[in-house]
Amino acid sequence: MSQHTLSVLVENKPSVLARVSSLLARRGFNIHSMAVGPTADEGLSRMTIVVDAPEMEQVKKQLHKLINVVRITELDPDDSLEREIMLVRIAATPGKRGEILEIGTIFKATAIDVGPTSIAFTVSGEPRKINDFVELVRPFGIVELVKSGRIAMARDLKSRKLKAIG
Amino acid sequence: MSTITGAQALIKALEYEGVEIVFGVPGGAILPAYDPILDSPIRHILARHEQGAGHMAEGYAWATGRVGVAMVTSGPAATNMVTPLADALVDSVPMVAITGQVPTHAVGNDAFQEAYTTGITMGATKHNYFVTDVREIPDVIHEAFHIAATGRPGPVLVDLPKDILNAELVWHRPAQLNLPGYKPTVDAHPRPIKEAIKLIEASKRPVLYVGGGIIKACAHEELLRFAEATQIPVVTTLMGRGAIPDAHPLALGMPGMHGNYTAVTAMQKSDLLVSIGVRFDDRVTGDPNTFAPHAKVIHADVDPAEIGKVRVAEVPIVGDARRVLQQLLEKWDHESTPDRTEWLDTLRGWQRDFPLHYDQQPDGPIKPQYVIEELNRLAGPDTIVVSGVGQHQMWASQYWKFTEPRKWINSGGLGTMGFAVPAAVGAKAGKPDELVYAIDGDGCFQMTPQELITASVEGIPVKVAILNNGAHGMVKQWQNLFYGGRLSAVDLGRDVPNYVKLAEAMGCVGLRAETPDEVGPTIEKSLSIDDRPVVVEFVTDTDEMVFPMVPAGGSNDDIILSREDLP
Repeated sequence: MSQHTLSVLVENKPSVLARVSSLLARRGFNIHSMAVGPTADEGLSRMTIVVDAPEMEQVKKQLHKLINVVRITELDPDDSLEREIMLVRIAATPGKRGEILEIGTIFKATAIDVGPTSIAFTVSGEPRKINDFVELVRPFGIVELVKSGRIAMARDLKSRKLKAIG
Repeated sequence: MSTITGAQALIKALEYEGVEIVFGVPGGAILPAYDPILDSPIRHILARHEQGAGHMAEGYAWATGRVGVAMVTSGPAATNMVTPLADALVDSVPMVAITGQVPTHAVGNDAFQEAYTTGITMGATKHNYFVTDVREIPDVIHEAFHIAATGRPGPVLVDLPKDILNAELVWHRPAQLNLPGYKPTVDAHPRPIKEAIKLIEASKRPVLYVGGGIIKACAHEELLRFAEATQIPVVTTLMGRGAIPDAHPLALGMPGMHGNYTAVTAMQKSDLLVSIGVRFDDRVTGDPNTFAPHAKVIHADVDPAEIGKVRVAEVPIVGDARRVLQQLLEKWDHESTPDRTEWLDTLRGWQRDFPLHYDQQPDGPIKPQYVIEELNRLAGPDTIVVSGVGQHQMWASQYWKFTEPRKWINSGGLGTMGFAVPAAVGAKAGKPDELVYAIDGDGCFQMTPQELITASVEGIPVKVAILNNGAHGMVKQWQNLFYGGRLSAVDLGRDVPNYVKLAEAMGCVGLRAETPDEVGPTIEKSLSIDDRPVVVEFVTDTDEMVFPMVPAGGSNDDIILSREDLP
């Protein structure tokens, strides 16, 4: 099953998150990640939902039936900006520290906590970059890992044109 | 400025929406609302169970086309309301349920009679509200009625904590609706209308496949004009019975699992399904992969999520059924009607060769189909028929000859046993001058008979025919057909309860017919009583099965016409 990213504008009202997640569960769609926060308009919130589903037509139509859902945009990965933040603690004995810090530098991961047996990093960026980092440090031993869930928005039409020219 | 309580505002808001009747049961958390209703012109009908109040509101809505209203307290009352809400959601019945809630400071503390009502009913309503500010009451009630009645109609619940009902506000007339995410499409886009006309012109074997959407949108007149102008035969689903008179030459009756041969086979052989206000339910399509395999599909519905959900539509049309038909009629500018002699002759041949049939022997047990035909003959076509769920429902839909919409009320999508009695009470409350006759099974009847007490006490003289076969007949039929006749938990017994005595105990007249020759006179007797509810028990053949039948998940091509055709 493939992953699709939906950007959903909802009314900022109680239980909206529950309505959205319960509807997706009820219709048999699996939520891969969901990130919610306020928008510049205080009456509205934005949800970025990554859904595992063979096709999105039904998901979108069913979500639209929720009274508090204002607008739904399916984001094409090629035409959108996606970001995620991760906190990860990696097992690191003094002898391994240097090697792990080196990998961190390549991925612009910031070491935020160093202890006798572990290092914690924060990494932000495109989901694929974060996943690559995880795979590289996995052999050292991942003690704890937290992800924010994906947030995304469409690219500006102009920047898309520039990209095509460039 | 003078203030009123939230409870007074609630009743005032209901009056503002034009509510005539509230079906309900009082209790602790909703108590404040039961005081101002004493001073209101709104009639309150005291149901004996909250589920009954909910189905009454549904029956009222089905019969009148207006929003039905039920009001109950918190906790168990609200959970008892879940079934009517789920029923109304899948059958698109406009309904508003008002529930009391424990005071806001107690919410979340497992207080006495507390249930998470809005959470529990999230998947059983079109929308629900938990009110936390008394000043919101006028606007929330206005929104609730708007959402219930517009677009694809459905149930809306408003949960009101007791302290909010007791708090004070300055009354204001509901403000303009603020629903940025709710804008149902009424008028269809002109492009698919044009494409639909093209497909209809090219079609050799079209079928109009219509359902509850026609009834809800009051589109029956447009449907008749369109069917006659285009000479397309019409199948009416269980929810759409009465959308076109059954006696009309283009009417084919009900399709689906227990549809008649012609309606089922017309769709199978069709090259174009003009589908309006239907949702390709599994009880109509059987195995969707073998359903109407040669047909292109035009699918019009006010709910875009129904289009393409089960079957891909070559022409999707989002819009209100009535507007869609008006728009199709505007574009159908043919002077003469198309020549469909060949297709219509084929259908008439099937109707002649494969009619619905049953065999009533004069000295044999009463056949349930015979009861329905006699009821139809004696009570007349203006009767509002209400049914429960099961064999009796299928026989009623098959054998009653419907002449107009809103005369057939049943639980279609959810299949709620026990629906008939309370829904009939609600229908009769809304249409007091019309004859309301419920056709129920003994299994269904035993689930909600207490609402006949409501009917007696409130002076709502409904009539209820019980087709007593002493069994959960449809389950028994499946056990006979698919479980090698191993009957499990289907025997209800013939004699207990004594329905005549039970009816009398509830303030009704109880009648009984045991032989075929008693059927007509007993029905006539029931029709002569109009000051009290009447319960008529018909002791019917316990082995009778509903045919035709397409086994669940099977292909409509494999329709079984009668017991003799069983493999």
